[in-house]
Amino acid sequence: MIKTDVVIIGAGPTGLFCAHQLGIIGLKCEIVDNLDKIGGQCIELYPEKPIYDIPAVPKCTGEELTNNLIEQIKPFNFNFHLSDRVQELKNENNKWLVKTLNGKEFETPNIVIAGGVGSFEPRKFPTKSAEKYDGKSVLYSIKDKTIFKDKSVVIFGGGDSALDWAIELSNSSKVTLVHRRDEFRGAPASVQKIKELSDNKTIDLITKYSIKDVKGNGSLESVEIKSESGESKVIKADYVLGFFGLIMQLGPIAEWGLNLDKKTIPVNTENFETNKKGIFAIGDICTYPGKLKLILSGFHEGALAARGCFKYARPDEKYRFEFTTASSTIKDRLGVKE
Amino acid sequence: MAKIKYIEFNGTEHEADVANGLSVMEGAIQNDIPGIDADCGGGMSCATCHVYINDDEWFRKLPEKEMGEDDMLDQAFEPKSNSRLSCQLIVSDDLDGLTVHMPEKQV
Repeated sequence: MIKTDVVIIGAGPTGLFCAHQLGIIGLKCEIVDNLDKIGGQCIELYPEKPIYDIPAVPKCTGEELTNNLIEQIKPFNFNFHLSDRVQELKNENNKWLVKTLNGKEFETPNIVIAGGVGSFEPRKFPTKSAEKYDGKSVLYSIKDKTIFKDKSVVIFGGGDSALDWAIELSNSSKVTLVHRRDEFRGAPASVQKIKELSDNKTIDLITKYSIKDVKGNGSLESVEIKSESGESKVIKADYVLGFFGLIMQLGPIAEWGLNLDKKTIPVNTENFETNKKGIFAIGDICTYPGKLKLILSGFHEGALAARGCFKYARPDEKYRFEFTTASSTIKDRLGVKE
Repeated sequence: MAKIKYIEFNGTEHEADVANGLSVMEGAIQNDIPGIDADCGGGMSCATCHVYINDDEWFRKLPEKEMGEDDMLDQAFEPKSNSRLSCQLIVSDDLDGLTVHMPEKQV
């Protein structure tokens, strides 16, 4: 059981800056994120796309922004718990007991939900029949590529994951790559390689088709694909892989008894607390009159939520407002030597 | 201003007067029309405002897809050749009478 002042759910820019603000006012926090890396949507959706509306930063990419925020909170040595997800919350004696999917437990007076639009999960095949084989022979990520040796593998998708795996697995498996159109969004070099492999018949490339059905008797045997004009083909398959990018799912957050407005959590704009005492929501996941889904709004929200957390983490102390330019206490916390 | 018709997968029809300059996605969100999620808020980075333009003539009449829209549509639920992201369809008088069909689901 880890005791801390605040558990932050979400390591995107909003969660990271809130952590910074907590560090500045002398609180400790633990940060949990479902992704295997820090940065949230910035790193998962647009690491290389320039952002133009961070105050005083005329232009930076999602990756640069993330790296700068990581740098900014380094002095506080906060722990990150990546590839993990907060699953359960329970309130006991004004403390929140937090349990994660990987079995970690925290005790904290404050939880800050900075969860964006929820956790990223792979988009699955629309076909019901695929569910039966989910995790066994219908896969959306690859942990152990040796299972595909000498097998028939049908890969769906047109992005880098689909192309890279088609290329990689073509060495030791019978690979069919199926994509809904002729153009691919993967890296040009990979697209070129795929075309070569298709020309010399190392892989079967089928475009303008999508999945219709998977068939098997206990174990997967084949996959049926369809074109928009209604033609269909059946391909022998031991494994079917789908790479359609990630979708965002609210997940367990919906089950914590928080007021919800569509997929967002209403908060007050004084300290961004939700309807539950000690649970705050900031960034894209919170809503209030005038809410803008901008990173800069998330920064503001995180700063105020941090002060809200102070009240419950240090009930006997009075929060004192200080500037980083002037306060020696803050400079100590930052490890700044003058 | 344009009158846009939104038809849910189950056939339920909604009509909204959408101001010029807003996107077809925003027209749905502001009028509480179900079937369009728009998780990313219009940034062309989530594919949850996916619609079909079933009328060929309308599909051709719409402004062409910009780079990236088809890449994003690859990641949508059941994309077809008449798929568009409604956040990329900016309303003008020319769009008066447009009908969009929503997919069975967005995520």
